[in-house]
Amino acid sequence: MSNGNAHAEGASPAHGHDHAHAHHPALQHHFDTMSQQREAGVLGMWVFLLTEVLFFGGLFFAYAIYRSWYYDAFAAASASIEILPGLINTVVLIGSSLTMALSVRAAQTNQRKATVNWLIATIILGTVFLGIKVYEYADKFAHNHVPGASFQFAHVPAPGEPHVEEPAAGHVTTMGHDEIERTTQIFFSLYFTMTGLHAVHMIVGIVILFIITWMAHKGRFDSEWHAPVEMTGLYWHFVDIVWIFLFPLLYLVERHN
Amino acid sequence: METPVYPAHNYLSNGHTLRSWLLTKDHKRIAVLYLISISAFFFLGGLFAVGIRLELTTPQGDLFQPDTYNKFFTLHGVIMVFLFLIPSVPAVLGNFLIPPMIGAKDLAFPRINLLSWYLYIIGGLFTLFAIVAGGVDTGWTFYTPYSATSSSSNVAPVALGVFIAGFSSILTGLNFIVTIHRMRAPGLHWFKLPLFVWAHYATSLIQVLGTPVIAITIVMLFVERAFGFGIFDPQRGGDPVLFQHLFWFYSHPAVYIMILPALGVISELVSTFSRKRIFGYSFVAFSSLAIAVFGFIVWAHHMFVAGISVYAAMVFSFLSFSVAIPSAVKVFNWAATMYRGSISFEAPMLYVYGFFGLFLIGGLTGLFLATLGTDIHLHDTYFVVAHFHYIMVGGAIMGYLGGLHFWWPKIFGRMYSEFWSRIAAILVFVGFNLTFFPQFLLGYLGMPRRYHMYPDEFQVLNVLSSAGASILGLGYLIPVIYFAWSLKYGEVAGNNPWGASGLEWRTQSPPLTENFTEVPTDIPEAYEYTPKVVREAKLV
Amino acid sequence: MGGIPLFPEAASSFASEVDALYLFIVAVSAFFTVAVSIAVVVFGIKYRRKHAEEIGAHIEGSLPLELAWSIIPTIILMVMFGWGAKLFYEMRVPPDETLQIYAVGKQWMWKFQHTGGQREINELHVPMGRPIKVLVTSEDVLHDLYFPAFRTKIDAIPGRYSQLWFTATKAGRYRIFCAEYCGTKHSGMIGSVVVMEPPQYQAWLAGGGTEGTMAERGAKLFNDLACNTCHLDSGQGRGPSLKDIIGKPVELAGGGTALVDEGYLRESILNSQAKVVKGFAPLMPTFQGLISEEGLAALIEHIKSLSPQATTSAPALVPAAATISSTPDAPAQGAQR
Repeated sequence: MSNGNAHAEGASPAHGHDHAHAHHPALQHHFDTMSQQREAGVLGMWVFLLTEVLFFGGLFFAYAIYRSWYYDAFAAASASIEILPGLINTVVLIGSSLTMALSVRAAQTNQRKATVNWLIATIILGTVFLGIKVYEYADKFAHNHVPGASFQFAHVPAPGEPHVEEPAAGHVTTMGHDEIERTTQIFFSLYFTMTGLHAVHMIVGIVILFIITWMAHKGRFDSEWHAPVEMTGLYWHFVDIVWIFLFPLLYLVERHN
Repeated sequence: METPVYPAHNYLSNGHTLRSWLLTKDHKRIAVLYLISISAFFFLGGLFAVGIRLELTTPQGDLFQPDTYNKFFTLHGVIMVFLFLIPSVPAVLGNFLIPPMIGAKDLAFPRINLLSWYLYIIGGLFTLFAIVAGGVDTGWTFYTPYSATSSSSNVAPVALGVFIAGFSSILTGLNFIVTIHRMRAPGLHWFKLPLFVWAHYATSLIQVLGTPVIAITIVMLFVERAFGFGIFDPQRGGDPVLFQHLFWFYSHPAVYIMILPALGVISELVSTFSRKRIFGYSFVAFSSLAIAVFGFIVWAHHMFVAGISVYAAMVFSFLSFSVAIPSAVKVFNWAATMYRGSISFEAPMLYVYGFFGLFLIGGLTGLFLATLGTDIHLHDTYFVVAHFHYIMVGGAIMGYLGGLHFWWPKIFGRMYSEFWSRIAAILVFVGFNLTFFPQFLLGYLGMPRRYHMYPDEFQVLNVLSSAGASILGLGYLIPVIYFAWSLKYGEVAGNNPWGASGLEWRTQSPPLTENFTEVPTDIPEAYEYTPKVVREAKLV
Repeated sequence: MGGIPLFPEAASSFASEVDALYLFIVAVSAFFTVAVSIAVVVFGIKYRRKHAEEIGAHIEGSLPLELAWSIIPTIILMVMFGWGAKLFYEMRVPPDETLQIYAVGKQWMWKFQHTGGQREINELHVPMGRPIKVLVTSEDVLHDLYFPAFRTKIDAIPGRYSQLWFTATKAGRYRIFCAEYCGTKHSGMIGSVVVMEPPQYQAWLAGGGTEGTMAERGAKLFNDLACNTCHLDSGQGRGPSLKDIIGKPVELAGGGTALVDEGYLRESILNSQAKVVKGFAPLMPTFQGLISEEGLAALIEHIKSLSPQATTSAPALVPAAATISSTPDAPAQGAQR
């Protein structure tokens, strides 16, 4: 059974010819042993996760550059994001990594029902995460914090920051856009792209989880072969770790004030 | 020597339905699927090149509208880079040959291999859609702000197409890495591997680490264009030059994706047609890795005049010279391989000779661009166009064609016309030089790139270049004819028509679906030519 | 084929050194190309297969040879790098005293402004023998100002200034090209630079520019936009004094320093709260969208005229400062974007 993130399927190969020795029904014919197959799968998943690091990395790089240039704007924008949903989501996602790890453990120890149950718990927690994200996004839409033509950011000076005088008579300023407002658009562009990309990975992960849960329910895994559960676990933990980085970078800029 | 018989059971005869091809897991069939599709895209990209060279025979822009011409060079670049060069050697030759070369029955993930091909096709279809819908005119480099805000052409579908095709490339690289690490036959340690495998391993590292960065860059461009996000828009505090950094972080290593596999082919050809072990095997092997590593730290040499600081420019110039050394080491080792060899001049070897001349010029002209004092003048002129065509066409395509001519008998079990293949090789070499050497001169004279009309003083050299292109085109068309002819009427090849070393030559031609009936156990050092092996050769 | 030119005219002080460096690299390239080509041809002939079962000699390699052909090319390349870097530094860092030109690229033309007030489109008149610095920007997408005869070019980037400099050494008319693809009429965005002997250049200057010098236009804008109400000469106003500030570092409110040059002035006008001077409150409104490139350049020239002793070197590279859309010289009404 191959380990691609988008291409899981279940059928064992039909055995139409003799074998000199018995082997696990899930052994694919181009591999010599189950351990070779498993090692190949694990290496493949780690290489894939490495590509994901580079994939998200481009966004983190852009974020780092712009944050170093427009720190105040980033702080103001970050301060405008409700912290509680983000906090809940972080706990939910870490929890889902726990349930995922427990399902892997159950598969390793041949506990079919426990495997299925922990997988279902992971799916539920992942869906909760996405639901909270929907709430957060809707909130941004309502406040016109979505970058684009209708973007508007009302800048509330922090305590201690001097109040910006109204421009002298005769000036016409652009509507509501001083440069902090201008550059907070960059923050929100990155916010939506980074969390959006993360959410897409979550959705893909949940789809895979459904498939793996079905396979587990059908009894496809045993202590000798449960590679798909392990691979999915690796992927899910990775998606979790990305969020661990996203949360402070997006929600917690200068929160110590 | 007895006449070989075409084997009745082979991977080509193992299923004749469309389904058996479109749902195959056999790496060899997938390689053939790629061969057909990349060839189709190559000729499509070539058509756009014909349009370009026709327009440029006269100084006025009198053949096409400016927007049409701009779409031609954009599509030529996009198709040739993403839909031809990047897949070419790895997806066709690498896919076919790596498992037999290492004594394996298939790649580590056959279904992901098939998925790679489908992703490639879908990416190609998006591009075709964009062409039909009116084309795209940003240049293959998609620089912002033009691509994000100014261009009214079909940027989004092409961007999506490149994004999807990029994942094809990533998955191929992933497959090769795991295969080479985990599927080698017992006793086949790294330093017994053919250098072709080393080259593909190094390439796969680049594919896996670099391609995701252009993927995310395209995502950012897409959201900018589709949703008005403004990451690169100066009006909103964005930096258009940031796009260039992200773009070139992949696209420079990408050129090594395009050339390293071809260099791997050349190692095999030089050795076989000199009947001699590659001189300095470990140096050639490590130079592939060195090129892959250094390739990642030089990207801003595409940006010397783009507004980076003087000091950053100096750092990147210095690092860019580091990449030249491993490439030079390879060339010297290949030449030294021929010393006291036993050399024959079948078509693959003619492509090697052509490669030597063209890759040397192409690589050396990179020095003009790595050197800061000359790059300011030469950046974005025809000098750059000539430089990269010498490497990409003169180097990579010569390597690809040489490999195709070398392994064609193995892939299809048939020989092709020796006479016509030599004619084609010579035509390609002559036509290529005539097309692109004048462009070095045009570049130093100051003719910028991407110009559909130009001042009169550049006409003579442009006419020479266009004339050469017609010869080059002929050189590319002739193989289509004799290769197709060979499938039905070509002489039966037998296991090893060239007397080559390498595990793939021990199997029948075409191979069985599972490559080997028994996994080979007595694996010799790489490139061992014994009397027994050479006796199998068909030709003197 | 007689009459195929190989070199453009060499009309700047560093053009001939660029050509010399070019020829050096040509020589190195030709040497290696010829040497390797001869080797493979000679080997092909001398060691061609003489009978069907002949095999090549059994040779593994040679460490001394590998070292030699790694180290020697490395040395040659280091020479190439060093010469190129040194030349590059000269080509990019202008001398202290330069004649200033402002260039704006837009789809699909070049607009040049002389400090004396003359404006040109697609044609640039310059005197021979004086160092000339061109500050370049774009109103829309990337362009590139390229003078092949001077062997120099620089990208025009919306949102910031970039620059090149040259000293023209030969009178005549030479090409200007746009060398960064910018859309439909990219190949039409060409012009001429006219290098004139000093007397002819003086005559040309006298013939144009009825609006006054850039600095004079800038002084008028300075009052029209009410800059003078905050930026008092005494330094006691709401904004810092602008006398004698060019070329000097200022301390910033958030810590750090900035060098006062064209780039800093541009940023402060368009992105006024980015680098506020220490001791002053961030009160300055932004003029983003209210001033054209030409007006901005004129203001900058006016402020430079308040520092008669100073010179400026390369402008600080302003990361993504604001850009302007094309509006006429006078302050525009209404929102931009």
